[in-house]
Amino acid sequence: MVLECKHVWEHISGYLDGTLSPEVREQVQKHLEHCEICSAILDSTRNILILTADERVFELPLGFSERLHARLEAEIRGIAPAPSDTD
Amino acid sequence: MTGISDSTDEAQIIASILAGNTHHFHDLIRPHERSVYAMALSLLHNEADAEDAAQEAFLKAFRNLANFRGEAKFSTWLISITLNEARSRLRSKKNVKMESLDESPEGQGSVTPALLRDWREIPSEALERKEIRQLLQQAITDLPLIYREVFLLRDVEELSVNQSAEALGISIASVKVRLHRARIMLQKKLVPQLKKANPKRRWFSWS
Repeated sequence: MVLECKHVWEHISGYLDGTLSPEVREQVQKHLEHCEICSAILDSTRNILILTADERVFELPLGFSERLHARLEAEIRGIAPAPSDTD
Repeated sequence: MTGISDSTDEAQIIASILAGNTHHFHDLIRPHERSVYAMALSLLHNEADAEDAAQEAFLKAFRNLANFRGEAKFSTWLISITLNEARSRLRSKKNVKMESLDESPEGQGSVTPALLRDWREIPSEALERKEIRQLLQQAITDLPLIYREVFLLRDVEELSVNQSAEALGISIASVKVRLHRARIMLQKKLVPQLKKANPKRRWFSWS
């Protein structure tokens, strides 16, 4: 069976995650071998997923950690008994 | 990503905190600050709200640490708390056009990707450019909420499909459908933008 482009597009996510059945995977792979458009769609999607997963995309605001740990410290002192001196 | 030794360390730190060494909570959460903030910011759109929601999520994690069971990773548990915190803030926001959490567009037509003939890979070094980071951030935060949530859990926070389904209270099949749509929507939006931002020559000239 030969897949049309629009059917291949439906499998891009599954293809990237490796969750397609062996038969579908093979059909998609065959299509990709001769279709430069679908190959470019797959490559660009994969590339975009790598970029969006990069931790630099969402930077912490300046002073975020300091403010967070100060608030936590207040909470911890409020809840906890005096800190143990065993460590 | 948390390796086996890291999660053992984590289990020890958690045991220690529960035994009374509460100040170790600071160390426990340090590696997770960024991912919790990223989750909150992507859902809430606004830095001040996101910071407050992130702080609140960490406080809740501290107060409820005794309920954490080692079956899940600590990071997964923390992300679920953050998701719920952000969701409840979204729900209580007035005068904001409500993005429905119940909407189930699974049956709707498919999403078409941006068509192109070749793709020149954008290297991770491009993220040194603020412009590129902003394009990506904006594209993620512009996704409709139901797609954004799945995308964040699965592709940004790297939860499994099953964990994402559990955190969102939806089926595994829905996670897969929404994730696929989210990815194609991002491809469609970002391909033209990244091509434009990526000059044909001298890609590395700024570095």
